[in-house]
Amino acid sequence: MTPVEVYHKIKERFGEAIESFNEKALDPSIVVKPDAIVEICRFLKEDPALAFDCLSNMSGVDYLKENKIQVVSHLYSYPHRHKIVVKVDVPRENPIMPSVEGVWKAANWQEREIYDLLGVVFTGHPDLRRLLMPEDWVGHPLRKDFVEPEEYHGISTRRESLLK
Amino acid sequence: MQEFIDRLIANGAFAGMPVEVVYALMMLLFGLVVVFGFFLPIAGVTSWLERRVWARIQSRIGPNRVGPQGFLQWLADGIKLLLKEDIVPDAADRPLFLFAPYFVVWGIVATFVVIPFSSNLIIADMNVGILYLTAVTALVVVGVLMAGWASNNKWALIGGIRSAAQIISYEIPAGLALLPVVLLTGTLSTQGIIRAQGWAPWGWFAFHNPFTFVAAFMFYVAALAEGNRTPFDIPEAESELVAGFCTEYSGFRYLLFFMAEWGNLYVIGAVATTLFFGGWQVPLWTDSVVLLNISQFTVFFLKSYLWVLISMWVRATLPRVRVDQLMILCWKYLVPIGFVNLIGTAIWMVIWPHGNRVVQYGMVLLAVAVLVQFFRRVRFHLRRARPELYYSPAI
Amino acid sequence: MSLAGYEVEVQRDGGLTTEEMTLNMGPQHPSTHGVLRFIVKADGEVMRTAIPDIGYLHRSIEKISEKVGYHGFMPYTDRVDYVSAMQCNQGWGMVCERIAGIQVPRRGEFCRVIACELGRIASHLLAVGAMVQDIGAYTPFLHALREREKINDLLEELCGARLTFNYMRIGGVAWDLPAGYPEKVTTFLDKFDPFIDEYNDLISYNKLYVERLVNVGVVSKEEAINYNLVGPNLRACGFKYDVRRDEPYSIYAELEFDVPVGTGEMGTLGDCFDRYMVRIQEMSESGKIVRQCLNMMPPGPVLAKVARKLKPPVGDAYIRVEGARGDMGWYVVSDGSEFPYRTKIRTGSFAAMSIVDKVSRGLMIADLIALIASFDVVAPEVDR
Repeated sequence: MTPVEVYHKIKERFGEAIESFNEKALDPSIVVKPDAIVEICRFLKEDPALAFDCLSNMSGVDYLKENKIQVVSHLYSYPHRHKIVVKVDVPRENPIMPSVEGVWKAANWQEREIYDLLGVVFTGHPDLRRLLMPEDWVGHPLRKDFVEPEEYHGISTRRESLLK
Repeated sequence: MQEFIDRLIANGAFAGMPVEVVYALMMLLFGLVVVFGFFLPIAGVTSWLERRVWARIQSRIGPNRVGPQGFLQWLADGIKLLLKEDIVPDAADRPLFLFAPYFVVWGIVATFVVIPFSSNLIIADMNVGILYLTAVTALVVVGVLMAGWASNNKWALIGGIRSAAQIISYEIPAGLALLPVVLLTGTLSTQGIIRAQGWAPWGWFAFHNPFTFVAAFMFYVAALAEGNRTPFDIPEAESELVAGFCTEYSGFRYLLFFMAEWGNLYVIGAVATTLFFGGWQVPLWTDSVVLLNISQFTVFFLKSYLWVLISMWVRATLPRVRVDQLMILCWKYLVPIGFVNLIGTAIWMVIWPHGNRVVQYGMVLLAVAVLVQFFRRVRFHLRRARPELYYSPAI
Repeated sequence: MSLAGYEVEVQRDGGLTTEEMTLNMGPQHPSTHGVLRFIVKADGEVMRTAIPDIGYLHRSIEKISEKVGYHGFMPYTDRVDYVSAMQCNQGWGMVCERIAGIQVPRRGEFCRVIACELGRIASHLLAVGAMVQDIGAYTPFLHALREREKINDLLEELCGARLTFNYMRIGGVAWDLPAGYPEKVTTFLDKFDPFIDEYNDLISYNKLYVERLVNVGVVSKEEAINYNLVGPNLRACGFKYDVRRDEPYSIYAELEFDVPVGTGEMGTLGDCFDRYMVRIQEMSESGKIVRQCLNMMPPGPVLAKVARKLKPPVGDAYIRVEGARGDMGWYVVSDGSEFPYRTKIRTGSFAAMSIVDKVSRGLMIADLIALIASFDVVAPEVDR
């Protein structure tokens, strides 16, 4: 199936949940409202014609200027060998969206990493805690406006620039 | 040895001293000779040889810098470990921690008392020699458990418990493998067992009947397991437990554990040779007692060292068994086989009280056939894999 | 210091109190897989859970890409998976070429494939060798390393480095094959094929080794797909999928090679032994690919002309490349400047670590080592 066909199949079922569809991009992507993401993902996985059983990638992108964080999920179907990109925009001040961990277990650690590095809270996630950074780290490092703390447990993070 | 000292006293060598003092001094002297003159060099040289043999099996060279062919490497390692700081963990059980290596070393060194190096070179030819041997090697369990517990380290504890379970379990197959030989000779004394064998392969107990043949290898396997050697080196499984029960040790105490292990290799070889492979038996080629004893010592040493080399070879080749597989091997396989051997040997002795020459020759031929087949397989593999071979032992 | 997972379950029955033992298989460990930490809750030898704790090798490579630019990021990609660095280079090259619309010259593609497949053999040798060493056999590890040294020498001749190659560039590869290179590679491959047979004779079918690995850590096909296990881990569950064959990139569509699949020959389908055998068999397949490439190589340039300050159009691109540990997903978002706006690397070991907790219930501690080794987890891939 081409991405356009996938888009039409989703649209005829969840018409109001779709915000936009970028057809001209290299990887055509569907932007979806955060509340509907779980039903749409479940539909994508369980519909026999679509059968997106593999969550290939899930990343968070911090758009500082548009004041949003975008969670991009690349889905792939092993039976049909087609793919689609599903994007969700959440506001930067209060980034909350439902977790798709119940649909693909692969999302478990991917969402933990997005929470850790960008601060997006996934409701319904069984174990949402930091993954890569230490448990007591403050801040979300991958955000564009992240400022490195001055020290961590008494170790200073300031070092003189080698470029002088 | 006791007769030797008694003769010396009778010849007036120690005039004026009470007999007990002479005995005590001689015991001390022999103990020192055994530990410093034999056990330490053997353990050290075995460690060097093991590293070289391993290295050649693994397509590399091994230590070759310190001394000719790296021969003094063990001295260098020993001196280094002696000079290291002796760290005792703060929360460790201090007396147990300090004392544990010594139990392990005692367990091994004390077996040297009954090892017959030649017909006259044995420290004490006890008439319960084999029993004493089995009993004294069980001291190692005490030492290992102490080390594991006193280290205040969960991984060391696991290593210690695994090791204790392993050693205790494998005492049974080892004992069961010894018993056919005791049945055949009727004595527990090591010199007696050797004297009951002949100098030629068909006189050895290993080829006496099929049951003792199996018992010989069963003894070797059980003794390897008791010595914590691969494939049974779970207590010191490097990739799992760092160093097992001796993780927290440093310096000389660490060295003691490993010297005990390498010395134990020699003890395994010596006991296997004594029981199954003829010991120091040589044909009576000379009247001179000294020359005869020297030749007997050489033969014994070579035979027991062959087993040491085989242990190194096995360690380099085989992977490790898991703890539950180890226990299954012992209790479900080796113990029943041990009992079958025992009863089989007893029945054999009833049927053929003086042994069956035909079977003995047949067993020797069988062993030769196995060796020939082994060399043929080696040739097959060399031809198939076409590796680059370096024949010189000294690179 | 993470205290999560240290809660201990205490049982009291009949006056005898038993506790679970909480062990820490710490970041420093002789198992040669890097800095990984497991909090193991064990009931004696049998584990209840093994919770992985990662992040010790997190170098924020993705954020660094936003500072160094498209061309400058290439050396960093080596460090994402330093055991099989060539495939990471190719991944980054491919995703930048996709988003910027650059076409790699044909000879460059062949050079890439040769380098990647030699790197794959080297990586599998290390994976298989480390696995046997964790099981306790010291010799096969060194034999595998001996062969890996020969590949390292070949790759050093190609690009000057033995571990982190930085051989590929956006638009092709940095240098052409040196003179006499095809003969050297063919000589190596001629010696390498019987080596695999020797290796199998030595350790693969050794009873002790097989007993350690069969029926340990069985992963079913549905579980593997659900957790996004990729590469040899997925193929060992009986699922024949390889990015090179099913979503071909570069010149893989023209090459003939087989995709080995786990068959459950010694135990259950999808256990550690299958994962091990798939890697052994993949090594011979990679040898075949290299031979075909050497025969088919056309003359020509190896590097396309790419602007010094590469400014791709606004948008994003995602590609998958078959690394030694499974397919790596490379996602890059461009905002029109010469620095990537966001790079995301999704690696095979990441998913493998996430499934360890589930698969390790009821295994023994010794099995956990075999399990991690069979998943071929390298820490830099997990943490980036």
